[in-house]
Amino acid sequence: MMRSVREKYSCVLMLLALALLLAALPARAGSRLTATGGAGSIEGSAGGGLIPWAVLTGTASDTETGAGVGMSHAWLDDYQLHTLSAAVTINNRLELSVARQILSLDTLGLDSLQLDIFGLKARLWGDLVYSRSGQFSAGVQYKTLEDDALPLALGARQGHGVDAYLSHSKLWLGAAAGYNLLSSVSLRATRANQLGLLGFGGPKNEAYHAVWEGALALMPNAHWALGMEYRQKPDQLNGLPEDDAKDLFVAWFPQKHVTATLAWLDMGRIAGLDRQQGVYAALQLAF
Amino acid sequence: MLRTTPLLMVLILALITGCASTSHEPPAPGLAITPAADDTLYRALGQREGIQSLIRSFLYVIADDPRIVDQFAEAPIDRLEEKLNEMVCVIAGGPCHYSGDSMRRVHRGKHISNADFNALVEDLIKAMDREGIPFTVQNTLLARLAVFHGDIVHR
Ligand code: HEM
Repeated sequence: MMRSVREKYSCVLMLLALALLLAALPARAGSRLTATGGAGSIEGSAGGGLIPWAVLTGTASDTETGAGVGMSHAWLDDYQLHTLSAAVTINNRLELSVARQILSLDTLGLDSLQLDIFGLKARLWGDLVYSRSGQFSAGVQYKTLEDDALPLALGARQGHGVDAYLSHSKLWLGAAAGYNLLSSVSLRATRANQLGLLGFGGPKNEAYHAVWEGALALMPNAHWALGMEYRQKPDQLNGLPEDDAKDLFVAWFPQKHVTATLAWLDMGRIAGLDRQQGVYAALQLAF
Repeated sequence: MLRTTPLLMVLILALITGCASTSHEPPAPGLAITPAADDTLYRALGQREGIQSLIRSFLYVIADDPRIVDQFAEAPIDRLEEKLNEMVCVIAGGPCHYSGDSMRRVHRGKHISNADFNALVEDLIKAMDREGIPFTVQNTLLARLAVFHGDIVHR
């Protein structure tokens, strides 16, 4: 539990360096339109922040390779959640992602919980913009806690687990009085408590849970998106009720390589503390 | 109990979108360009002159785009310009007639990739920006062109 702060920040610095390197490269952008790679998510995969969407990171088309790195921070009432992530997209077909989530538990007098997420997402069929039926993707996420002592003590069954999801996203060109709408819905099978930060499974539920998540966004122009997301979460630990999460976000796409997201995030109750709300900020660099 | 309702909604939505795609078979080869119901878009684009100027800009942007310009090396540009004018006029609801070939026939065997298609759409957006066409009008035109994607890519 007593992981040094230095170690935590060396990791942040490493990713920052990688991000700068990426940005400094005369990176050729993929040919997919700006914003069609979503804004990155706290689980490392392309999405809106809180949830993955059916799109893949970057703007790579069927003949191109793309990549992205992202970082985000959420200042909740009693916790802070920090995420670093990287993803590679091959031929707009397959996305491989890694993410590290660090939840600081200062208010509980503890150091932090660290969760690593390895993700694989495949575009099954369709195109976000051009297919009438939108884009369908399927993904799996292997999540593993660096130290599972606390989650197990709280009643979780394992310190690692696998999530699987099916996702549909579509950009509705000109659908809202000429403005574009983006919709995304996913169906997820999961055993994760608080996204996995509090382990997997629990006394109230041993089996997989089917949960849904969705996003809806409006694009007032080609560089901005205003939207909201909703994410259902299982409730499996005795005495530590868990609520669904939601956010209201503004995403800015100044150009193809950069996405900045600012959101108001509501995670509900976390580990016995009420009403965990706050600001979420994220930056993603991709090509 | 409550948890199953949103689940159902997701499934129903997926079904609706899935079915919507099968009920719209691509039109048969030929002059399968569906005219618009009204001429709002045609007027928003600045009618015949506006469209002419847009297509001209568009061709200039393509000529400057190393990603796809080579694919137009042997294309009859005058004919292309004329047919593009007719096509945009028709799908925008203007008083025109499309006399070109079907999208499927023209682009067959050209091995056009999604990357090519996306590049062309980007060029069109650039041209529309240059012509000062408002974002909402751009989206409406793009939405009407998007339906040709399936007839053009990987044919
Ligand atoms: C929504 C997208 C597109 C539309 C609406 C469109 C429309 C047209 C039209 C109206 C013509 C003229 C037809 C005729 O001569 O009868 C044409 C020809 C042509 N298009 Fe496209 N096109 C699209 C996408 C593309 C793409 C992505 C490429 C390749 C990068 C491409 C390459 C060509 C070429 C090379 C010709 C000339 C064919 C020839 O006469 O040899 N088009 N297109």
